[in-house]
Amino acid sequence: MLKSRLIFTLLLDAGYYNLSRNFRLQRVGDLKWVQENYDFDSIARSIDELIVLDVAKAEASDIDALAAQVRRLGEQCFMPIAAGGGIRSIAHAQKLFQAGADKLVLNSPYFEDPRLVRELVRTYGAQSIVASIDFHLQEDGTRRVYCRGGTRDTGLKLEQAIDLVQEVGTGELYLTSMERDGTGDGYDLASLSMASRLASVPVIASGGAGNYAHFVEALGSRAVNAVSTANLFNFMGDGLRDARNEMLRDGVSLTLWVPF
Amino acid sequence: MVTIVNYGMGNLRSIESALHYLGFACVIEDRPDRVAASEKLILPGVGSFSRAMANLRSTGLQNALEHAVRGRGVPVLGICLGMQLLAARGTEDGLSEGLGWIPGEVVRFTARNDRKIPHIGFNTVSRKVQSGAMFSGLPDAADFYFVHSYHFVPLAPDVVTGECEYGEPVVAAVANGNVWGVQFHPEKSQGNGLQLLRNFCGSAAGPC
Repeated sequence: MLKSRLIFTLLLDAGYYNLSRNFRLQRVGDLKWVQENYDFDSIARSIDELIVLDVAKAEASDIDALAAQVRRLGEQCFMPIAAGGGIRSIAHAQKLFQAGADKLVLNSPYFEDPRLVRELVRTYGAQSIVASIDFHLQEDGTRRVYCRGGTRDTGLKLEQAIDLVQEVGTGELYLTSMERDGTGDGYDLASLSMASRLASVPVIASGGAGNYAHFVEALGSRAVNAVSTANLFNFMGDGLRDARNEMLRDGVSLTLWVPF
Repeated sequence: MVTIVNYGMGNLRSIESALHYLGFACVIEDRPDRVAASEKLILPGVGSFSRAMANLRSTGLQNALEHAVRGRGVPVLGICLGMQLLAARGTEDGLSEGLGWIPGEVVRFTARNDRKIPHIGFNTVSRKVQSGAMFSGLPDAADFYFVHSYHFVPLAPDVVTGECEYGEPVVAAVANGNVWGVQFHPEKSQGNGLQLLRNFCGSAAGPC
Protein backbone atom coordinates (compact mmCIF):
# COMPACT_ATOMS: atom_id res chain seq x y z
CA MET A 1 0.00 0.00 0.00
CA LEU A 2 1.31 3.40 -0.98
CA LYS A 3 1.88 5.73 1.95
CA SER A 4 0.59 9.24 2.33
CA ARG A 5 3.23 11.97 2.34
CA LEU A 6 3.96 14.92 4.58
CA ILE A 7 5.93 17.54 2.68
CA PHE A 8 7.69 20.68 3.84
CA THR A 9 8.16 23.53 1.40
CA LEU A 10 10.95 26.08 1.79
CA LEU A 11 10.29 29.41 0.10
CA LEU A 12 13.50 31.06 -1.02
CA ASP A 13 13.98 34.66 -2.12
CA ALA A 14 17.43 36.17 -2.65
CA GLY A 15 19.10 33.76 -0.23
CA TYR A 16 16.50 34.11 2.48
CA TYR A 17 13.63 31.91 3.56
CA ASN A 18 10.19 33.33 3.69
CA LEU A 19 6.75 32.98 5.09
CA SER A 20 3.97 33.58 2.63
CA ARG A 21 0.47 34.80 3.29
CA ASN A 22 -1.81 35.07 0.30
CA PHE A 23 1.38 35.14 -1.78
CA ARG A 24 2.85 38.11 0.10
CA LEU A 25 6.29 37.22 1.38
CA GLN A 26 7.83 37.86 4.75
CA ARG A 27 11.54 37.21 5.12
CA VAL A 28 12.54 35.08 8.14
CA GLY A 29 16.23 34.23 7.67
CA ASP A 30 18.89 32.45 5.65
CA LEU A 31 19.52 28.70 5.67
CA LYS A 32 21.92 28.99 8.60
CA TRP A 33 19.28 30.89 10.52
CA VAL A 34 16.64 28.29 9.70
CA GLN A 35 18.99 25.52 10.78
CA GLU A 36 19.80 27.25 14.04
CA ASN A 37 16.30 28.33 14.89
CA TYR A 38 14.20 25.50 13.60
CA ASP A 39 16.24 22.40 14.36
CA PHE A 40 16.44 21.50 10.71
CA ASP A 41 17.53 17.94 11.54
CA SER A 42 14.22 17.42 13.31
CA ILE A 43 12.33 18.77 10.28
CA ALA A 44 14.41 16.63 7.91
CA ARG A 45 13.65 13.47 9.88
CA SER A 46 9.95 14.23 10.19
CA ILE A 47 8.94 14.66 6.57
CA ASP A 48 8.68 12.45 3.51
CA GLU A 49 9.73 15.02 1.00
CA LEU A 50 11.22 18.50 0.74
CA ILE A 51 10.27 21.14 -1.80
CA VAL A 52 12.46 24.20 -2.34
CA LEU A 53 10.96 27.04 -4.34
CA ASP A 54 12.60 30.23 -5.51
CA VAL A 55 9.69 32.62 -5.13
CA ALA A 56 11.60 35.74 -6.20
CA LYS A 57 10.11 37.84 -8.97
CA ALA A 58 11.02 36.57 -12.43
CA GLU A 59 13.75 39.16 -13.06
CA ALA A 60 15.36 38.42 -9.69
CA SER A 61 15.26 34.63 -9.83
CA ASP A 62 18.66 33.00 -9.54
CA ILE A 63 18.94 29.37 -10.63
CA ASP A 64 22.53 29.05 -9.40
CA ALA A 65 21.59 30.22 -5.93
CA LEU A 66 18.67 27.79 -5.90
CA ALA A 67 20.94 24.95 -7.02
CA ALA A 68 23.41 25.84 -4.27
CA GLN A 69 20.65 25.63 -1.65
CA VAL A 70 19.50 22.27 -3.03
CA ARG A 71 23.07 21.01 -2.83
CA ARG A 72 23.49 22.06 0.78
CA LEU A 73 20.11 20.72 1.83
CA GLY A 74 20.82 17.43 0.09
CA GLU A 75 23.82 16.79 2.29
CA GLN A 76 21.55 16.29 5.25
CA CYS A 77 18.25 15.24 3.68
CA PHE A 78 17.79 11.61 2.67
CA MET A 79 14.40 12.02 1.11
CA PRO A 80 13.17 13.25 -2.26
CA ILE A 81 13.84 16.92 -2.98
CA ALA A 82 11.85 18.85 -5.54
CA ALA A 83 13.05 22.27 -6.66
CA GLY A 84 11.61 25.00 -8.80
CA GLY A 85 11.03 28.64 -9.44
CA GLY A 86 12.74 30.34 -12.36
CA ILE A 87 13.33 27.27 -14.55
CA ARG A 88 13.31 28.68 -18.07
CA SER A 89 15.61 26.32 -19.98
CA ILE A 90 16.95 22.79 -20.17
CA ALA A 91 20.23 24.13 -18.79
CA HIS A 92 18.41 25.38 -15.69
CA ALA A 93 16.85 21.97 -15.21
CA GLN A 94 20.22 20.29 -15.55
CA LYS A 95 21.71 22.54 -12.88
CA LEU A 96 19.02 21.57 -10.40
CA PHE A 97 19.25 17.85 -11.13
CA GLN A 98 23.04 18.02 -10.84
CA ALA A 99 22.66 19.76 -7.50
CA GLY A 100 20.66 16.77 -6.25
CA ALA A 101 17.07 17.63 -7.04
CA ASP A 102 14.90 14.62 -7.84
CA LYS A 103 12.06 16.56 -9.33
CA LEU A 104 11.43 19.92 -10.89
CA VAL A 105 8.51 22.10 -9.92
CA LEU A 106 7.17 24.07 -12.87
CA ASN A 107 4.45 26.67 -12.94
CA SER A 108 4.63 29.57 -15.44
CA PRO A 109 6.29 27.50 -18.22
CA TYR A 110 3.11 25.42 -18.54
CA PHE A 111 1.25 28.56 -19.54
CA GLU A 112 4.00 30.55 -21.25
CA ASP A 113 6.40 28.00 -22.74
CA PRO A 114 4.78 24.55 -22.88
CA ARG A 115 7.41 23.45 -25.41
CA LEU A 116 10.03 23.66 -22.68
CA VAL A 117 7.91 21.49 -20.38
CA ARG A 118 7.34 18.93 -23.13
CA GLU A 119 11.06 18.75 -23.72
CA LEU A 120 11.75 18.34 -20.01
CA VAL A 121 9.17 15.56 -19.83
CA ARG A 122 10.75 13.87 -22.85
CA THR A 123 14.25 14.19 -21.40
CA TYR A 124 13.69 13.37 -17.76
CA GLY A 125 10.37 11.55 -17.72
CA ALA A 126 7.03 12.78 -16.45
CA GLN A 127 7.75 11.37 -12.98
CA SER A 128 10.48 14.02 -12.56
CA ILE A 129 8.11 16.90 -13.14
CA VAL A 130 5.68 18.46 -10.68
CA ALA A 131 3.11 20.87 -12.10
CA SER A 132 2.44 23.68 -9.65
CA ILE A 133 -0.91 25.40 -10.08
CA ASP A 134 -1.90 28.47 -8.06
CA PHE A 135 -5.64 29.03 -7.99
CA HIS A 136 -7.91 31.67 -6.56
CA LEU A 137 -11.55 31.06 -5.68
CA GLN A 138 -13.74 33.69 -7.34
CA GLU A 139 -16.99 35.13 -6.01
CA ASP A 140 -18.94 33.18 -8.62
CA GLY A 141 -17.45 29.95 -7.29
CA THR A 142 -15.06 29.40 -10.18
CA ARG A 143 -11.38 28.86 -9.51
CA ARG A 144 -9.10 31.10 -11.52
CA VAL A 145 -5.49 30.07 -12.19
CA TYR A 146 -2.55 32.48 -11.94
CA CYS A 147 1.10 32.15 -12.85
CA ARG A 148 4.24 34.21 -12.16
CA GLY A 149 3.86 33.90 -8.42
CA GLY A 150 0.18 34.74 -8.46
CA THR A 151 0.60 37.99 -10.39
CA ARG A 152 -0.55 36.97 -13.87
CA ASP A 153 -4.04 35.74 -14.72
CA THR A 154 -3.77 32.80 -17.11
CA GLY A 155 -7.42 33.16 -18.08
CA LEU A 156 -7.91 29.49 -17.22
CA LYS A 157 -10.14 27.83 -14.67
CA LEU A 158 -8.57 25.24 -12.40
CA GLU A 159 -10.28 22.45 -14.35
CA GLN A 160 -8.85 23.75 -17.63
CA ALA A 161 -5.39 24.20 -16.13
CA ILE A 162 -5.39 20.62 -14.85
CA ASP A 163 -6.33 19.36 -18.32
CA LEU A 164 -3.61 21.54 -19.83
CA VAL A 165 -0.76 20.46 -17.55
CA GLN A 166 -1.72 16.80 -17.88
CA GLU A 167 -1.79 17.12 -21.65
CA VAL A 168 1.61 18.86 -21.70
CA GLY A 169 2.91 16.27 -19.24
CA THR A 170 3.44 15.98 -15.49
CA GLY A 171 4.03 13.39 -12.80
CA GLU A 172 2.22 15.19 -10.00
CA LEU A 173 0.06 18.20 -9.28
CA TYR A 174 1.00 20.68 -6.54
CA LEU A 175 -2.13 22.73 -5.99
CA THR A 176 -1.98 25.91 -3.96
CA SER A 177 -5.02 27.82 -2.82
CA MET A 178 -3.99 31.48 -2.95
CA GLU A 179 -6.57 32.68 -0.47
CA ARG A 180 -5.77 29.91 2.03
CA ASP A 181 -2.00 30.35 1.65
CA GLY A 182 -0.40 31.17 5.00
CA THR A 183 -3.69 31.58 6.83
CA GLY A 184 -3.60 28.36 8.82
CA ASP A 185 -7.34 27.99 8.22
CA GLY A 186 -7.02 24.55 6.62
CA TYR A 187 -6.89 23.34 3.04
CA ASP A 188 -9.52 24.10 0.41
CA LEU A 189 -10.85 20.55 0.45
CA ALA A 190 -13.68 21.17 -2.02
CA SER A 191 -11.27 22.37 -4.69
CA LEU A 192 -8.80 19.60 -3.95
CA SER A 193 -11.51 16.92 -4.22
CA MET A 194 -12.68 18.33 -7.52
CA ALA A 195 -9.10 18.47 -8.79
CA SER A 196 -8.35 14.94 -7.68
CA ARG A 197 -11.29 13.59 -9.66
CA LEU A 198 -9.84 15.18 -12.81
CA ALA A 199 -6.28 14.19 -12.09
CA SER A 200 -4.71 10.99 -13.35
CA VAL A 201 -1.54 11.77 -11.38
CA PRO A 202 -0.98 12.20 -7.62
CA VAL A 203 -2.15 15.44 -6.01
CA ILE A 204 -0.24 17.42 -3.36
CA ALA A 205 -2.30 19.84 -1.24
CA SER A 206 -0.81 23.24 -0.53
CA GLY A 207 -2.06 26.40 1.12
CA GLY A 208 -3.76 26.67 4.46
CA ALA A 209 -2.38 24.04 6.82
CA GLY A 210 -2.21 25.41 10.35
CA ASN A 211 -1.99 22.28 12.46
CA TYR A 212 -1.76 18.52 12.20
CA ALA A 213 -5.56 18.12 12.11
CA HIS A 214 -5.58 19.84 8.72
CA PHE A 215 -3.12 17.26 7.41
CA VAL A 216 -5.27 14.43 8.79
CA GLU A 217 -8.44 15.94 7.35
CA ALA A 218 -7.00 16.34 3.83
CA LEU A 219 -5.42 12.90 3.71
CA GLY A 220 -8.45 11.29 5.32
CA SER A 221 -10.73 12.79 2.68
CA ARG A 222 -8.76 10.74 0.14
CA ALA A 223 -8.72 13.82 -2.07
CA VAL A 224 -4.96 14.05 -2.00
CA ASN A 225 -1.91 11.80 -1.81
CA ALA A 226 0.26 14.30 -0.01
CA VAL A 227 -0.02 17.38 2.18
CA SER A 228 2.46 20.20 2.32
CA THR A 229 3.10 23.21 4.47
CA ALA A 230 5.48 26.13 4.08
CA ASN A 231 4.65 27.54 7.46
CA LEU A 232 7.81 27.60 9.55
CA PHE A 233 6.13 29.32 12.46
CA ASN A 234 3.21 26.95 12.88
CA PHE A 235 5.53 23.98 12.89
CA MET A 236 8.61 25.36 14.58
CA GLY A 237 11.05 23.31 16.65
CA ASP A 238 9.68 19.81 16.90
CA GLY A 239 6.35 20.90 15.42
CA LEU A 240 6.58 18.70 12.36
CA ARG A 241 7.82 15.70 14.35
CA ASP A 242 4.90 16.11 16.75
CA ALA A 243 2.47 16.56 13.85
CA ARG A 244 3.77 13.39 12.24
CA ASN A 245 3.33 11.43 15.47
CA GLU A 246 -0.20 12.78 15.89
CA MET A 247 -1.02 11.80 12.32
CA LEU A 248 0.26 8.27 12.93
CA ARG A 249 -1.82 8.06 16.11
CA ASP A 250 -4.86 9.14 14.11
CA GLY A 251 -4.31 6.26 11.76
CA VAL A 252 -2.83 8.13 8.79
CA SER A 253 -0.76 5.71 6.74
CA LEU A 254 2.65 7.39 6.90
CA THR A 255 6.07 5.90 6.37
CA LEU A 256 8.04 4.53 9.31
CA TRP A 257 11.79 4.29 9.25
CA VAL A 258 14.54 3.00 11.49
CA PRO A 259 16.29 5.74 13.48
CA PHE A 260 19.47 7.24 12.04
CA MET B 1 35.95 2.57 -2.26
CA VAL B 2 32.53 2.64 -3.89
CA THR B 3 32.36 3.80 -7.50
CA ILE B 4 29.18 5.59 -8.54
CA VAL B 5 28.85 5.23 -12.30
CA ASN B 6 28.22 8.50 -14.11
CA TYR B 7 26.75 7.95 -17.54
CA GLY B 8 24.75 11.14 -17.74
CA MET B 9 21.55 9.80 -16.23
CA GLY B 10 20.43 10.44 -12.72
CA ASN B 11 20.95 11.76 -9.33
CA LEU B 12 24.52 10.98 -8.40
CA ARG B 13 24.94 13.62 -5.75
CA SER B 14 22.21 12.22 -3.50
CA ILE B 15 23.88 8.82 -3.44
CA GLU B 16 27.24 10.44 -2.78
CA SER B 17 25.74 12.46 0.10
CA ALA B 18 24.19 9.36 1.65
CA LEU B 19 27.47 7.40 1.46
CA HIS B 20 29.38 10.34 2.94
CA TYR B 21 26.87 10.54 5.74
CA LEU B 22 27.41 6.82 6.41
CA GLY B 23 31.18 7.26 6.33
CA PHE B 24 31.91 5.27 3.15
CA ALA B 25 34.46 6.58 0.68
CA CYS B 26 33.06 6.95 -2.81
CA VAL B 27 33.85 8.48 -6.14
CA ILE B 28 31.66 9.56 -9.05
CA GLU B 29 33.27 8.10 -12.16
CA ASP B 30 32.72 8.34 -15.91
CA ARG B 31 36.01 6.84 -17.16
CA PRO B 32 35.57 3.27 -18.42
CA ASP B 33 39.03 2.11 -17.28
CA ARG B 34 38.35 3.27 -13.72
CA VAL B 35 34.91 1.66 -13.71
CA ALA B 36 36.42 -1.59 -14.99
CA ALA B 37 38.95 -1.54 -12.14
CA SER B 38 36.46 -0.64 -9.37
CA GLU B 39 35.94 -2.55 -6.11
CA LYS B 40 32.25 -1.93 -5.66
CA LEU B 41 29.79 -0.29 -8.03
CA ILE B 42 26.60 1.65 -7.76
CA LEU B 43 24.66 2.06 -10.98
CA PRO B 44 22.17 4.87 -10.50
CA GLY B 45 19.73 6.14 -13.07
CA VAL B 46 16.74 8.32 -13.76
CA GLY B 47 15.23 8.64 -17.21
CA SER B 48 14.48 6.38 -20.12
CA PHE B 49 15.78 2.82 -20.51
CA SER B 50 16.73 3.11 -24.18
CA ARG B 51 18.55 6.40 -23.68
CA ALA B 52 20.44 5.01 -20.70
CA MET B 53 21.61 1.97 -22.64
CA ALA B 54 22.58 4.16 -25.59
CA ASN B 55 24.68 6.29 -23.23
CA LEU B 56 26.34 3.25 -21.64
CA ARG B 57 27.19 1.85 -25.07
CA SER B 58 28.49 5.05 -26.63
CA THR B 59 30.70 5.90 -23.64
CA GLY B 60 32.28 2.46 -23.43
CA LEU B 61 30.89 2.06 -19.92
CA GLN B 62 28.83 -1.00 -20.82
CA ASN B 63 31.99 -2.95 -21.65
CA ALA B 64 33.68 -1.62 -18.52
CA LEU B 65 30.76 -2.71 -16.36
CA GLU B 66 30.69 -6.08 -18.06
CA HIS B 67 34.38 -6.53 -17.30
CA ALA B 68 34.01 -5.55 -13.65
CA VAL B 69 30.73 -7.27 -12.78
CA ARG B 70 30.83 -10.41 -14.91
CA GLY B 71 34.58 -10.71 -15.41
CA ARG B 72 35.82 -9.82 -11.93
CA GLY B 73 32.70 -10.46 -9.85
CA VAL B 74 32.60 -6.92 -8.45
CA PRO B 75 29.45 -6.30 -6.36
CA VAL B 76 27.03 -3.92 -8.06
CA LEU B 77 23.90 -2.19 -6.79
CA GLY B 78 21.52 -0.91 -9.45
CA ILE B 79 19.14 1.77 -8.24
CA CYS B 80 15.79 2.58 -9.91
CA LEU B 81 16.54 2.76 -13.65
CA GLY B 82 19.93 1.27 -12.77
CA MET B 83 18.09 -1.78 -11.44
CA GLN B 84 15.94 -2.01 -14.55
CA LEU B 85 19.06 -1.95 -16.76
CA LEU B 86 20.12 -5.25 -15.16
CA ALA B 87 17.33 -6.88 -17.18
CA ALA B 88 17.76 -8.50 -20.57
CA ARG B 89 15.51 -5.98 -22.24
CA GLY B 90 13.38 -2.92 -21.78
CA THR B 91 10.35 -1.64 -23.61
CA GLU B 92 10.58 2.10 -22.84
CA ASP B 93 10.84 4.15 -26.09
CA GLY B 94 10.92 0.96 -28.17
CA LEU B 95 12.47 -2.39 -27.44
CA SER B 96 16.11 -2.20 -26.36
CA GLU B 97 18.63 -4.59 -24.89
CA GLY B 98 19.65 -4.19 -21.27
CA LEU B 99 22.80 -5.34 -19.48
CA GLY B 100 21.28 -8.82 -19.29
CA TRP B 101 22.68 -9.75 -15.89
CA ILE B 102 19.28 -10.83 -14.60
CA PRO B 103 16.97 -12.54 -17.12
CA GLY B 104 13.69 -10.74 -17.50
CA GLU B 105 12.22 -7.62 -18.99
CA VAL B 106 11.09 -4.16 -18.00
CA VAL B 107 7.53 -3.22 -18.89
CA ARG B 108 5.23 -0.28 -18.29
CA PHE B 109 2.55 -0.49 -15.61
CA THR B 110 -0.74 -1.21 -17.32
CA ALA B 111 -3.25 1.61 -16.89
CA ARG B 112 -5.98 0.74 -14.42
CA ASN B 113 -8.60 2.66 -12.54
CA ASP B 114 -7.39 1.65 -9.09
CA ARG B 115 -3.90 3.12 -9.32
CA LYS B 116 -2.05 6.12 -10.66
CA ILE B 117 1.06 6.02 -12.81
CA PRO B 118 3.86 6.72 -12.00
CA HIS B 119 4.03 4.70 -8.81
CA ILE B 120 5.36 7.47 -6.63
CA GLY B 121 5.95 7.68 -2.91
CA PHE B 122 6.88 5.48 0.01
CA ASN B 123 5.64 1.92 -0.23
CA THR B 124 6.19 -1.11 1.97
CA VAL B 125 8.64 -3.73 0.78
CA SER B 126 8.22 -7.26 2.09
CA ARG B 127 11.43 -9.16 2.03
CA LYS B 128 11.66 -12.64 0.58
CA VAL B 129 13.42 -15.52 2.31
CA GLN B 130 16.24 -15.36 -0.23
CA SER B 131 16.98 -11.70 0.48
CA GLY B 132 20.31 -12.49 2.15
CA ALA B 133 22.14 -9.50 3.61
CA MET B 134 20.24 -6.90 1.62
CA PHE B 135 17.69 -6.07 4.32
CA SER B 136 19.83 -6.78 7.40
CA GLY B 137 18.93 -4.59 10.34
CA LEU B 138 15.49 -3.76 8.92
CA PRO B 139 12.04 -5.09 9.79
CA ASP B 140 10.55 -7.79 7.50
CA ALA B 141 8.37 -5.12 5.99
CA ALA B 142 10.10 -1.75 5.52
CA ASP B 143 9.10 1.39 3.64
CA PHE B 144 11.12 2.76 0.74
CA TYR B 145 10.67 5.61 -1.73
CA PHE B 146 9.63 4.72 -5.28
CA VAL B 147 9.27 6.78 -8.46
CA HIS B 148 8.72 4.75 -11.61
CA SER B 149 6.34 4.01 -14.45
CA TYR B 150 8.10 0.85 -15.62
CA HIS B 151 8.83 -2.23 -13.57
CA PHE B 152 11.06 -5.27 -13.71
CA VAL B 153 9.51 -8.66 -14.46
CA PRO B 154 12.25 -11.27 -13.91
CA LEU B 155 12.11 -14.63 -15.65
CA ALA B 156 12.94 -16.60 -12.49
CA PRO B 157 11.10 -15.76 -9.25
CA ASP B 158 14.06 -16.78 -7.09
CA VAL B 159 15.98 -13.58 -7.94
CA VAL B 160 13.27 -11.49 -6.24
CA THR B 161 14.41 -10.38 -2.77
CA GLY B 162 11.67 -7.86 -2.05
CA GLU B 163 8.18 -7.10 -3.27
CA CYS B 164 5.64 -4.34 -2.77
CA GLU B 165 1.92 -4.05 -3.50
CA TYR B 166 0.71 -1.58 -6.07
CA GLY B 167 -2.57 -3.03 -7.26
CA GLU B 168 -0.52 -6.15 -7.93
CA PRO B 169 2.73 -7.51 -6.49
CA VAL B 170 5.58 -5.41 -7.88
CA VAL B 171 9.22 -6.50 -7.85
CA ALA B 172 11.03 -4.06 -5.56
CA ALA B 173 14.42 -5.73 -5.16
CA VAL B 174 16.41 -8.42 -6.95
CA ALA B 175 19.70 -10.21 -6.37
CA ASN B 176 21.69 -12.62 -8.45
CA GLY B 177 25.08 -13.39 -6.95
CA ASN B 178 27.14 -10.18 -6.92
CA VAL B 179 24.35 -8.26 -8.68
CA TRP B 180 21.86 -6.37 -6.51
CA GLY B 181 19.09 -4.15 -7.75
CA VAL B 182 16.46 -2.05 -6.02
CA GLN B 183 13.57 -0.36 -7.80
CA PHE B 184 13.26 2.18 -4.97
CA HIS B 185 15.70 4.93 -4.01
CA PRO B 186 17.60 3.94 -0.84
CA GLU B 187 19.32 7.35 -0.83
CA LYS B 188 15.85 8.91 -0.57
CA SER B 189 14.31 6.52 1.95
CA GLN B 190 15.41 8.07 5.24
CA GLY B 191 16.80 5.59 7.83
CA ASN B 192 15.63 2.48 5.96
CA GLY B 193 17.50 3.37 2.80
CA LEU B 194 20.63 4.36 4.70
CA GLN B 195 20.60 0.93 6.36
CA LEU B 196 20.31 -0.83 2.99
CA LEU B 197 23.22 1.20 1.60
CA ARG B 198 25.22 0.30 4.71
CA ASN B 199 24.42 -3.37 4.02
CA PHE B 200 25.71 -3.06 0.46
CA CYS B 201 28.76 -0.91 1.11
CA GLY B 202 29.79 -2.63 4.31
CA SER B 203 29.67 -6.23 3.09
CA ALA B 204 33.28 -6.95 2.14
CA ALA B 205 32.77 -10.27 0.37
CA GLY B 206 29.90 -9.04 -1.72
CA PRO B 207 26.20 -9.56 -1.43
CA CYS B 208 24.50 -12.92 -0.86
